[in-house]
Amino acid sequence: MVHMNRWVSIREKIVKNTLTVFALSSLLFLFLIFIFILIEGLPLFLKVGLKNIIFGFKWAPTKGYFGIFPMIISSFLVTFGALIIGAPLGLSCAIYLAEYSGKRLKMILKPALELLAGIPSVVYGFLGVIYIVPIVREYLGGSGFSLISTSIVLGIMILPTIISISFDSIMSVPRSYREGSYAMGATKWQTIFKVVLPAARSGILASFILGMGRAIGETMAVIMIAGNALKIPTNITDPLRTLTGNIALELAYATGDHRLGLFSTGIVLLIIIMALNYLANFGIKRRI
Amino acid sequence: MRINPKKVNKFIQIMLNVQAFFTVGILIVIVALILVKGIGNINLEFLFSFPEDMGRHGGIYPTIIGTIMLVILSILFATPLGVGTAIFLTEYTKETILTKIIRFGVESLAGIPSILYGLFGFIFFVIKLKMGWSILSGVLTIAIMILPTIIRTSEEAIKAVPKNFRIVSYSLGATKWETVIKVVLPSATPGILTGIMLSVGRAVGETAAVIFTMGSSLRLPTSIMDSGRTMAVHFYILAREGISMEKAYATALVLVLSILLINIVAYYTMNKVVSRFS
Amino acid sequence: MLKKIFIIFTTVALVFICSCGLKENRQGKKKHLITIAGSTSVMPFVEKLAEYFMLQKPNFIIDVQGGGSTAGIQACINNTVHLGMSSRKLKEGERLNEIVICYDGISIVVHPSNPINGLSMEQVRAIFSGKIKNWKELGWIDRRIDAITREEGSGTRGSFEELVMKNEEIDDSIMVQDSNGSVKEIVATDPYAIGYISLGLVDKRVKALTIDGVVPTVSSIKTGAYKITRPFLFLSNGEPDDYTSEFIDFVLSKQGQDLLRKEGLIGSYE
Repeated sequence: MVHMNRWVSIREKIVKNTLTVFALSSLLFLFLIFIFILIEGLPLFLKVGLKNIIFGFKWAPTKGYFGIFPMIISSFLVTFGALIIGAPLGLSCAIYLAEYSGKRLKMILKPALELLAGIPSVVYGFLGVIYIVPIVREYLGGSGFSLISTSIVLGIMILPTIISISFDSIMSVPRSYREGSYAMGATKWQTIFKVVLPAARSGILASFILGMGRAIGETMAVIMIAGNALKIPTNITDPLRTLTGNIALELAYATGDHRLGLFSTGIVLLIIIMALNYLANFGIKRRI
Repeated sequence: MRINPKKVNKFIQIMLNVQAFFTVGILIVIVALILVKGIGNINLEFLFSFPEDMGRHGGIYPTIIGTIMLVILSILFATPLGVGTAIFLTEYTKETILTKIIRFGVESLAGIPSILYGLFGFIFFVIKLKMGWSILSGVLTIAIMILPTIIRTSEEAIKAVPKNFRIVSYSLGATKWETVIKVVLPSATPGILTGIMLSVGRAVGETAAVIFTMGSSLRLPTSIMDSGRTMAVHFYILAREGISMEKAYATALVLVLSILLINIVAYYTMNKVVSRFS
Repeated sequence: MLKKIFIIFTTVALVFICSCGLKENRQGKKKHLITIAGSTSVMPFVEKLAEYFMLQKPNFIIDVQGGGSTAGIQACINNTVHLGMSSRKLKEGERLNEIVICYDGISIVVHPSNPINGLSMEQVRAIFSGKIKNWKELGWIDRRIDAITREEGSGTRGSFEELVMKNEEIDDSIMVQDSNGSVKEIVATDPYAIGYISLGLVDKRVKALTIDGVVPTVSSIKTGAYKITRPFLFLSNGEPDDYTSEFIDFVLSKQGQDLLRKEGLIGSYE
């Protein structure tokens, strides 16, 4: 009996240690990702200079120019464009689902919308090229591979994220808030606008920021539809190149300093994404 | 003139209705388009024959096998790690600085876009570890990418198991590990499966991280050191290079249907968990 | 439930891994694997050659991948592939064994509905350096030109810069695509587009322009009248081994060269 107890306690110890190692593995992976992108990208910052990369206007890596300023601007442009299209649609959809739709409709629509989050981004990009690009070319001019087309595709792509998280935060506003408002004689809309939405605002904000994160990180759909020109777009019908697009377009071809330049692009992207995630987490935590 | 609040209310309600149905409409149209354009080109031959002329003719069999290999192996790799981490976080520690750091790590991993996983996998597995463009490089990259999803859903599922289950188990003299294995995990299994299914969906639809680690060889992969092409990558290449629109739509349909199916199964198992404990 | 799932899971995994291993044994021992990577311009033609070669010699497996000329050259230097493919000449310092498999023209293409049939070399240069931005300046409607170039590192772009652009730079506002196929796809769908692709890929969906009055055809390239041409190269690090040589010999044989000619390329002996 004593013998067995000892075996059991050893086993418990082994299990605990193994699980600790498992749990630490995700930290290890995060560390590796950071280290390897930094190791590859940083030398170029030292060689060419931070200013010439982040604020440089010219990207011609085979000739020694590594400016990614236009791509940083373009990444933010498409992201805000996506938000302008996705945020109002997504939020009103969430409000409708949470406050107006019947229980049965809620049961069908919510999961249906979440299922759509699983459609691969390349499919969105493909449909954008087939159906949105020609319309933009016909009615707005330009080639159609443009800021506006990319924003529309990304805006649709982030809808499920925005709807699902906004919906959850609207639903988590206590019922008593609404009842109090109705008791004061407010209409349903006044209640939603003045009471429910302000109470849910940090969650809604978080949904927007997570949507932005998804839009700024999207790659394949963007290279299909953005046109990838290096200049900062001056018009909504101009083509543009994002940070992600720059990496994906040239990675397979790049060698030497050119490859380092793409990893520098990766570092900048990583920093932007981490900042956005931190903001979003902050928003979600405050809600709880 | 004073605006009547009741009229505003009515107006807003109609506006919301319109917007909500417009939004849902867009998403339905997307699926419908793929379905209508793709359904005519799908048959058993398309699924089980080899592509000819870069995919212009023939089927998508090697890409289906490539996808299955990638998905199964990355799940096999990520599940023990992910579930183990979740067990550690929920059963073996209290909230300490360490768990906070681990949670932060998991959150950060979840937020990294797939192209950066691709960049990392390319430099680390393909080049530094000399695995080349191979299914193995793809599997390891994707496994790291889906790890946060598995950890988070498993953690939720384990947390949802009622406390008294554990108390009863301990009072019967079971050790912690026995409790975890015999009581907690069986109850949490459907929830964990949901997480796994969602990860499968993500891996099936991934392109950016796969194309730079697994390559895009159209040959039927015979070992994990071979390069291979997944359905999503094949679809991307077909559509982008304009090789064949019919085949592109058909591949997209197979892709979307399998992901929807996987997600529906995931949703169904999750609902079962919810209804069991509430 | 957990146990059952675990058992199913591991059985599937084991069967799967074993079957992979078995296949490896069945085929891997007898078959000779040749890996080829590089230029996406050369790739489709080599894939076709490989398909024919493998039909005749079933004991060979040929793995053809893209990646681009520069990547192909690099992979060849690092010995990660048996053969590299390049659609541009080697630069100094890239010391590899070159085998010219054929020659290819780069054709300037527009949408079939475009009424313009020919341009001069200067006009093409002006379009891609951003000096001409509107079709009106070329005698067509008042509409912005949607020019498309290839990305940095591409062999086609390298040859285009060398042969057409001379010392001028390609303008920043021009769209960039990362393969012949995607350039062709845009030109085929956008009536106002212009781009450059491999002559072998020109079909009814796009229209190849005459340059300085010369139609890009196999014969005009052979006589040297059409100037925008480049070699398609196989590269090897040192002498290729016997199996790889067998494939190279096939490509250079009459049968291989006939296949390339049928695709609109110009044989290496002509």
